[in-house]
Amino acid sequence: MPTQRRDAAIVGIHEYPSRDVEGRVSPLQIKAAGAARALADAGLAWRDVDALYDAGDGGGMAGLQIAEYFGLSPRVIDTTNVGGSSYEFHAAHAKRDIAAGRARVALLTYGSTAHSNAFAIGVGGQLGGARTPVDNLEGWTGMTLVSNYAMVAHRHMHEYGTSSEQLAEIATATRFHAMRNPEAVAAMRALEFLDVRETTIQDVVGSRVIADPLHLLECCMISDGGGAVVIAAPDVARDCKQKPVWILGAGEATKYPQNGGDITVSAAAQSGPVAFGEAGVSASELDVAMIYDSFTITVLTILEDLGFCKKGEGGAYVAGGRLRFDAPGGPALNTDGGGLSSNHPGMRGIFLLIEAARQLRGNSTSQVPNARLAVAHGNGGMLGSRHCAGTIILGRD
Amino acid sequence: MASSPTAQKPPAERPLPSLKEHDTAPFWCATQQRRLTYQVCSDCETVVWHPRAHCTACLGSALAWRTSEGRGAVYSYSVIRQSYHPFFRARIPFAIAWIDLDEGPRILSNLVGVADPTRDVKIGMRVAVEWEPHEELAIPLFRPA
Repeated sequence: MPTQRRDAAIVGIHEYPSRDVEGRVSPLQIKAAGAARALADAGLAWRDVDALYDAGDGGGMAGLQIAEYFGLSPRVIDTTNVGGSSYEFHAAHAKRDIAAGRARVALLTYGSTAHSNAFAIGVGGQLGGARTPVDNLEGWTGMTLVSNYAMVAHRHMHEYGTSSEQLAEIATATRFHAMRNPEAVAAMRALEFLDVRETTIQDVVGSRVIADPLHLLECCMISDGGGAVVIAAPDVARDCKQKPVWILGAGEATKYPQNGGDITVSAAAQSGPVAFGEAGVSASELDVAMIYDSFTITVLTILEDLGFCKKGEGGAYVAGGRLRFDAPGGPALNTDGGGLSSNHPGMRGIFLLIEAARQLRGNSTSQVPNARLAVAHGNGGMLGSRHCAGTIILGRD
Repeated sequence: MASSPTAQKPPAERPLPSLKEHDTAPFWCATQQRRLTYQVCSDCETVVWHPRAHCTACLGSALAWRTSEGRGAVYSYSVIRQSYHPFFRARIPFAIAWIDLDEGPRILSNLVGVADPTRDVKIGMRVAVEWEPHEELAIPLFRPA
């Protein structure tokens, strides 16, 4: 095993509790609230922060705006925006910047009022926006976000015989975890889910089809929310209030039609080996898999691409409730309830880091006994056409 | 309080491509003549899709436009049952698909000419282009061939 480096650790976390702010709070306010709570969680103060990572969710010219809003004078500013995977990229960059001696305390924040804005992400999103060449070629088709992912599911079914019942395992495991998380239960009630209860495979495949072959209960919610993560150098981390959660490995990648024609293979197939190689661990050693669950097919594809099983075997791998936190054989999937049943304000990547850190601290609501290793894998963009992947391997002392 | 009478809205239109986007304007202009075009690098013969002004394989910028026969196969598809856009909402359920053209490019389109898209579309099925005319361009739809 290669020498495992411990260059940087997550020392502070906060997840904004409300998923429906009823339009009374701005994304910037959510970001600042999260930052203050996460710094307090670490036992640090605003003045300790010397590096800012921001996806621009608070508005334009993000690096400048957020520094002024927080009242900070950072010496490292990184405004990478790769959608929902932005926060895994930020964590990777914070680790790199801290290891290079350019920063000691990095702050990542996220705030969104997608639900209050009625900004359709999960089930109804219409693609559009600025006229890039790709938008101008594809915008006329009426492709929705769900149908983009659904095309991956159809191709996976065609090539490997994967079934809707197998995909539904991902939704039922996630809901099982959500029902154990009071914030997730409150979120589902606030967002007026029809049934706030554990689901069965039949519930999922019996829910209405949004875009064939994906059903309503295979699609993420559209919430308000946000949070923050503080990442620190080893000497800082040793003096923090919480036990350090080390960033052991990181990988980044892109996928678009011309750099890989098989849509059943995501960018995780590129970012995963880099992250696992750096960490010196393999998928089979992981206790917890925090994987971006925009839709069930996203998780199935990424589990395969990260090496939990071979390409095409994901359907059989997830069957039988294997992804529940209390099931043998692991890994425990999205133990907070995921984007499907707890929190998805548009760019969920920060919650993957937060819940992975909870697990490695030992205080998840679906705690895996003695959890030692976790992966947080963000997918940003669209699985069925073009997206980014960020893989972060986390471990405790 | 009495509500004011609602004006009759004109039927919603398909959101059309712009002829002013630099990389894709030649593609859309060619549709005026019902030609489905794609680029090949004159230096290294790489098929470049989507259209742009440079070759992504070599460092060249001499990209030649060729015309596809307009035939291919469904790589994958979905049937959209829910849309918030008024034009598309009036058309649900409708099929969207990645089409592998015989010449190489994989293009996104809608499938038409199937009685029930939830049953009649299959991955691998052969399709051919069918043009939907508009004032300044034509939209390349596909139907079973």
